[in-house]
Amino acid sequence: MYHKEKSIQIKSSASALYNNLSVLRIAPRCLTYFTVVHANVVNMVSASWDGLNFSHRQLQSKEGSIAASSSLIMQASWCVLPSRELLVLTSQKGIQMYESDGSIMVYWHALDTPETPTVVGVNISSAHPAQAVFARGIAAVQENFICVGVSTGFILVFDIPSKGSNIMLSEVLEEHRESITDMASECSGSLESVADLVTADDSGALCVWKSGEDFQLLNKIPGFEVCCSSVKLWKGTVAAGYGSGQIRIYEAVTGIVRAEVNAHARWIYSLDIAPFSGLLLSAAEDSLVQVWHLTVIPEANSVEIQHLYSECVTDTQICGAKFCDGEGHAFAVTGYDLSEIIRYTQE
Amino acid sequence: MSSKTLPLLFINLGGEMLYILDQRLRAQNIPSDKARKVMNDIITTMFNKKFLEELFKPQELYSKRALRTVFDRLAHASIMRLNQASMDKLYDLMTMAFKYQVLLCPRPKDMLLVTFNHMDAIRDFVRDSPSILNQVDETYRQLIEMYTPLSGGEFQLIRQTLLIFFQDMHIRVSIFLKDKVQNSNGRFVLPTSGPVPYGTQIPGLIRTFSCTGEEVNRVQFRSAGNYTAALREGSFEMHGDRVIKLGTNMYGVSRAVETHMSGTSRNSSQHTKVNTAPNPLAKKELNLLAQLMGGLDMQKPVGSDTSFRVNLFATDEEEEEALMSRPAELSYEVINIQAAKDQQTNAELARIMGEFADEGEPSATPSSKGDELLAMMDGL
Repeated sequence: MYHKEKSIQIKSSASALYNNLSVLRIAPRCLTYFTVVHANVVNMVSASWDGLNFSHRQLQSKEGSIAASSSLIMQASWCVLPSRELLVLTSQKGIQMYESDGSIMVYWHALDTPETPTVVGVNISSAHPAQAVFARGIAAVQENFICVGVSTGFILVFDIPSKGSNIMLSEVLEEHRESITDMASECSGSLESVADLVTADDSGALCVWKSGEDFQLLNKIPGFEVCCSSVKLWKGTVAAGYGSGQIRIYEAVTGIVRAEVNAHARWIYSLDIAPFSGLLLSAAEDSLVQVWHLTVIPEANSVEIQHLYSECVTDTQICGAKFCDGEGHAFAVTGYDLSEIIRYTQE
Repeated sequence: MSSKTLPLLFINLGGEMLYILDQRLRAQNIPSDKARKVMNDIITTMFNKKFLEELFKPQELYSKRALRTVFDRLAHASIMRLNQASMDKLYDLMTMAFKYQVLLCPRPKDMLLVTFNHMDAIRDFVRDSPSILNQVDETYRQLIEMYTPLSGGEFQLIRQTLLIFFQDMHIRVSIFLKDKVQNSNGRFVLPTSGPVPYGTQIPGLIRTFSCTGEEVNRVQFRSAGNYTAALREGSFEMHGDRVIKLGTNMYGVSRAVETHMSGTSRNSSQHTKVNTAPNPLAKKELNLLAQLMGGLDMQKPVGSDTSFRVNLFATDEEEEEALMSRPAELSYEVINIQAAKDQQTNAELARIMGEFADEGEPSATPSSKGDELLAMMDGL
């Protein structure tokens, strides 16, 4: 169904992080941007559609005014709002927002962290809570919001102006009890959907939200003590990938499970949906990428999922997988220790 | 990322080091009393109470250089001496072995079972020394207390932190190449068969449910891979069957000569990058190292009549050759501590170094015997 194309080389290898690939299509310029995180660096590649031109850029995790530091990046993702596109980086120290080409940092939000113990003699155990501190999980929601998850379980809601750097933290959602892993906004473009954001955490709990001046919790789907590492929302339906290798499909608003798939033999790292076709992509540590077809007919109250395709990326624990277009004609994959982005296109 | 990573990194690397040293001590026919002293001294140092207190505090990982320095010191905590080529090789073997175990462990939580496999072997090494056994048992208790309450997600974060630490290391190890678990490009083979991890179902089933939650359909799909049902879960107690084999001793008697190792693949598209970033962390690292060294209970210097040298190569010539031919990108750049400068900037480090200086004569040139700690630090 798909065949392998020429890979895109990147400047440094991909780290094993959930959803470690972001793709942005710039249709007017016939370009696709890719980002892959390597420790404290983000590799950016812009690739022309004719496959002839590639340009590379690397972003360091600069922490505000602090000089180059070793802070590790957890995720990099493009956020597409109607008025603008931003590249959002989350790290151990905070959240950075760049213009989509990575040229200018427009906003920096420091996480409220206790001072890391570096001085000999400081009583570390009392000054330093055991929990790791980082931000992870990024989503653009509706007209003007970018949401980012934090290891405490909080979700930070930023209000983004149509231009300029006057970005404001407008709300903090305190519903999750464990570290946020991923989040996704409704991607079908349908205005009928009530829910427009789903968030996931380490315990597998999912929260379904309605955005607005104040975000409203529509439903909380309890976890089953298995981490949910990647989540998508399409036509009011949640697709969630778990550490157990399962994919579950839920009705977002009611929380009813509509399908349960024993999809992978190891931890799932990434899911993606092609909104125009309903193709669902899953990728895991078992070196497999799989393509599924999700059919949601709200009028008939019907949800179906069908297996279409498997691809084995030999000896690679896959950490990122994304469709490159809305139909799902092509997808791209990255894996731990791999210095390339592998692309597959429909035959 | 996870602030609970260092104890697992240190104990598992230490465990691998002990497997290799045990094998080399036997291969070189070192008298059993001397060999036992080396193993006991190193294990005593590894599980020193004060050192463990530092180790188990929540903290970021050390840099590769700092950790390498710690293991240099640990390897020389007794009467055995290793020259640089052997130490490099020892460290390569240790790190690639643990990278393999982290990468292959079925679930992130199974890293704790890998650690217990190392601990079980260490406990067996010191079974005749009750006082060291107490230290080892105390370490089990601390591991159980810190790690058994963690969720799968927290273990995955620890695993991801370790994988970043080992990222881009593709040193080829002959024992792995022979066992066909490593490819000639240095990447490990990932099997797509065998038992699935505990708690995971064999891929291949799709179940669908009605809007009232009743199961309406079951469809099988053909999945790549050839998996079997999960094995039972290993024991997370002080004693018990760990079930998984990762982290057990692979240098058995029959594999006595299997430590030959080759460098990185020449045609590899990427090279291991030595940490080239400008280093604002140098001082922080020194502080961390000072803390750690403060905990290390160092041996009194030994006379040249009792100390001996262990070689990780078949012959001295081979060892010399390895040192000369080692690719630059694999050099570890062990931290160079300059006593004079740091004594002004760091009182604690100065105090610790002062203690070391009392044990031997500080010397500007590294001693060829390597038995003076300060000199050794400067020379590396």
